[in-house]
Amino acid sequence: MSRIDARVLTISRIGPFRGSATTFGVLIRSGFRRYSTYRQATIAGSFTNIVFGFLRCYVLLAVAAGAVGQRPGGYDVEQLATYVWVGQGLLAVIGMWGWTELSDRIRTGDIAADLLRPVSPVTSYLAADLGRALHAMLTRFGPPLVAGAIFFPLHVPSRWQTVPLFAVSVILAVVICFACRYVVNATAYWLQDARGPMILWTLGSGVLGGLYFPLRLLPDWATVTLWLGTPLPSLLQAPLDVITERDGPAMQAGLVGVQAFWAVLTLSLTVLVQRRAERRLVVQGG
Amino acid sequence: MGELRAYAALFGAQTRSVLSYRTSFVVELVGNMGATVFDVITVIVLFRATPQVGGFTLAQAVLMVGLSSAGFALADMLVGNVDRLKTYVRTGALDAVLVRPLPALPQLLLMDLPLRKALRVVFGFTVLGGAVVMNHIDWTPARVVLIVVTPLAAAAFFGSIFVISATLAFWWVDSGEIGSAFTYGGRDFTSYPITVYGAGFRSLFAYAMGFGFVAYQPALALLGRADPLGLPAVAGYLSPLVALAAAAVAAVVWRIGIRHYRSTGS
Repeated sequence: MSRIDARVLTISRIGPFRGSATTFGVLIRSGFRRYSTYRQATIAGSFTNIVFGFLRCYVLLAVAAGAVGQRPGGYDVEQLATYVWVGQGLLAVIGMWGWTELSDRIRTGDIAADLLRPVSPVTSYLAADLGRALHAMLTRFGPPLVAGAIFFPLHVPSRWQTVPLFAVSVILAVVICFACRYVVNATAYWLQDARGPMILWTLGSGVLGGLYFPLRLLPDWATVTLWLGTPLPSLLQAPLDVITERDGPAMQAGLVGVQAFWAVLTLSLTVLVQRRAERRLVVQGG
Repeated sequence: MGELRAYAALFGAQTRSVLSYRTSFVVELVGNMGATVFDVITVIVLFRATPQVGGFTLAQAVLMVGLSSAGFALADMLVGNVDRLKTYVRTGALDAVLVRPLPALPQLLLMDLPLRKALRVVFGFTVLGGAVVMNHIDWTPARVVLIVVTPLAAAAFFGSIFVISATLAFWWVDSGEIGSAFTYGGRDFTSYPITVYGAGFRSLFAYAMGFGFVAYQPALALLGRADPLGLPAVAGYLSPLVALAAAAVAAVVWRIGIRHYRSTGS
């Protein structure tokens, strides 16, 4: 299998790099277009994000009201509200939950069609996911933030580098989240049915990613272990700590650095897993 | 009798299909319990930062979490999968359900009864048991009845919410996650003393929709505390009535919805 070169001979004049870049761009655009057709689902999703925003925000503010110096985990009241509402906006952007496309295709055998294509599945799914994230950034990020800003005082960034750092941090979070979901889905190559790993992912990513509560509320040793030992805090906690300016400038940049480390590591893992899977794959239904 | 056999066959087929992927089933069983475990951990973590949230201590909050999650887990296991209705409506698979000579709702529930959620129910009631021990409740006959009835009423209430939000799919196929705002959102809402919420939000969820009577008011009655928000003590015993009202609404909405259903025609 690995000896056979499946690359398509090309007679066009554009070089191999420009060729792949064009393909990647087209795939991103198709991912974007696909999600832009679900307009009602976008509205429904935003509504749900806003309801959860209210729930989490009120609870955290009640915690702040009783905490020492009104700063639980080192966040002031405005930072906490920002944490919750930006978090609700980002949830759809990183697309934490509900992606079962790959495992479904493995189970049904449709994955065979993906493997015949001249683009590796990791590349094509990554491009499609970036398109999805871009669409979510334009449609799903704003509504919770606006709702939050109307009903609660939010933190306005005071450093010039915060917004650019946040942008980088979000892109890295999207990549890390994609890579994690890819690996979780890819367990279907071995298990056939990936629902078990999927539920572990749904659980772990929500709580340990910082969605339910800021991880800084945990004891320090636990926060540091999670941050350096797992990619999960890099999904939500990192971009949220960047935008709320929870730490000094050096630490703020350092959080993005940790994310970059995890992005490289998790993406390499997806490539490795995909390669191992292709060696042992028996497509369902022959 | 024939009907029962048909339901048993549906349930048996579902069980066998789930058990054919044994590893996944075990992971799901444990994973689903994990969801409730994390809900409880969240409450404990929040109380690490402060001795009181909304005027209530950790033990008192855990009582609300216990009532809410025992009821929710039970409803989620028995009725929760009705939220797949939108998939059935979109793909037209509901037609197959409707042509069979059995009522549609029980069929839908049995076709997908999520056995994997069983451990979650066990855990929910364990938390409730722990909360009862932690709070040194001053037992009276009324409170004994209350502790038994409240989780069941909560389950009936959440079950009705599940059905109502799933029914939305008859009118709005792409309703997506909107139902979770009220099902999972309702569970989160009931897990905390409702004193923490802003007045407008609280009136809407707690009183207009009835979520305040699921765990908060019964917990006050069990603890023998007066409601800081001013409702009389009898409010703690209203949860069965609220659940009954919710179930009546769910039944009506379901009937209207299923009459409204037009197949996809494919």
